[in-house]
Amino acid sequence: MEIRKIKSQQITDAVKKLYMDMNYFIGEDILNALKKAEQNETSPTGKSVLSQLIENHKIAAEEEVPICQDTGMAVLFVEYGDKVVIEDGSFDDAVQEGVRRAYIDGYLRKSVVSDPVFDRINTKDNTPAIIYTEIVSGDKIKILGGCKGFGSENMSSIKMLTPSASIEGVKKFILDTVKYAGPNPCPPIVVGVGIGGTFEKAAMLAKKATLRPIDTKNPDPRYAQLEDEMLEEINKMGFGPAGLGGTNTALGVNIETFPTHIAGMPVAVNICCHAARHKEITI
Amino acid sequence: MKRITLPLTDETIKDLHAGDSVLITGSMLTGRDAAHKRLYELIEKGEPLPVDIDGEVIYYVGPAPAKPGHIVGPAGPTSSYRMDKYTPALLDRGLKGMIGKGARSQEVIDSMVKNGVVYFGAIGGAAALISKSIKKTETLAYEDLGTEAIYRFYVEDFPAIVVIDSYGKSVLVK
Repeated sequence: MEIRKIKSQQITDAVKKLYMDMNYFIGEDILNALKKAEQNETSPTGKSVLSQLIENHKIAAEEEVPICQDTGMAVLFVEYGDKVVIEDGSFDDAVQEGVRRAYIDGYLRKSVVSDPVFDRINTKDNTPAIIYTEIVSGDKIKILGGCKGFGSENMSSIKMLTPSASIEGVKKFILDTVKYAGPNPCPPIVVGVGIGGTFEKAAMLAKKATLRPIDTKNPDPRYAQLEDEMLEEINKMGFGPAGLGGTNTALGVNIETFPTHIAGMPVAVNICCHAARHKEITI
Repeated sequence: MKRITLPLTDETIKDLHAGDSVLITGSMLTGRDAAHKRLYELIEKGEPLPVDIDGEVIYYVGPAPAKPGHIVGPAGPTSSYRMDKYTPALLDRGLKGMIGKGARSQEVIDSMVKNGVVYFGAIGGAAALISKSIKKTETLAYEDLGTEAIYRFYVEDFPAIVVIDSYGKSVLVK
């Protein structure tokens, strides 16, 4: 395969469009799930909340304004083809500039502070974005982007379970985390679960799981079944849309896994609100 | 559906019960994490506040920027529990209502009952829809905080639900 040369502007423009589109237009997977939830919701208040959320998506798309005022922190999972060479700059700079341009030119909220503890001064352009890059063979760049609001991010949790905890321990931790979150993370939620790897790998898998369309299943039937079972159990909790009661507390549960150590079974649960914004592009 | 106007009177507050759907018209303050921290620190030091909160309703929101031709950007509620630490001090200073989303601490609920205060919920994530009911905005304090500044919103038929009433009754599922 030949070396492919591209300009950094091409990456910047693509990332800018990715973030503006993601914030204005909800994905089909989420919209379809909301419509289905609206039909089967048993609580009248819950039904009304769901119909207002669907109406909100319509307004956001028509007016090209953000679905939610919390346009989140930008997180990108990148598969970078090893035959791609950027002629005039670095990949990271080009991505950060794309995020900066989307948040400034697209009227998205700037929600990032420079220092987490002491200064907490807004960077005014929503950078830095968080970029996870994996080098793959090929001459393409695949970017899976998400914008993560913190109402739900704050309700997420990780636990270093050990093998004796078994599948029952995994289930309990997922359900305990969702129960603790209760009405706060803007239900109906999307639950991303990462199992295996190491401490940080489990958390990254959980994040990536929140960005997978909810109309897809884990390819391993055992995990696909666990996704279904967890969704059913969560919806029995009764928190409902906006936490005001009802049969739709979650729209989907996505599980991602990775091999792990003989002594461990880390589980991370990343909770995402119903405005589960994610989009993928290939450059 | 009850239509209520701001400022809230004690009679209106007494008449609101957990679960009531309301449409709110009038003028309210906004404020979230950073503004609450500053107000709280001033109260602790016994210094005057930059805005008079007596009799006011505060909306926990950090709006997105307004596009040209728009009055305000999308402006849905943020999670209320993050304001819990600061809330009883504000209620003791006369704040009569709060609008946010999600649960509150027992300390906040006790202070609401003591001070005759109501807590409304707006629908989290319905930000573009909610912004339609905001007719005018002005910056009152802490402009340096950007989206976290204290604004005054003039709203018409702002949709909300009484989540915890002044008797301490909550509609939230535990």
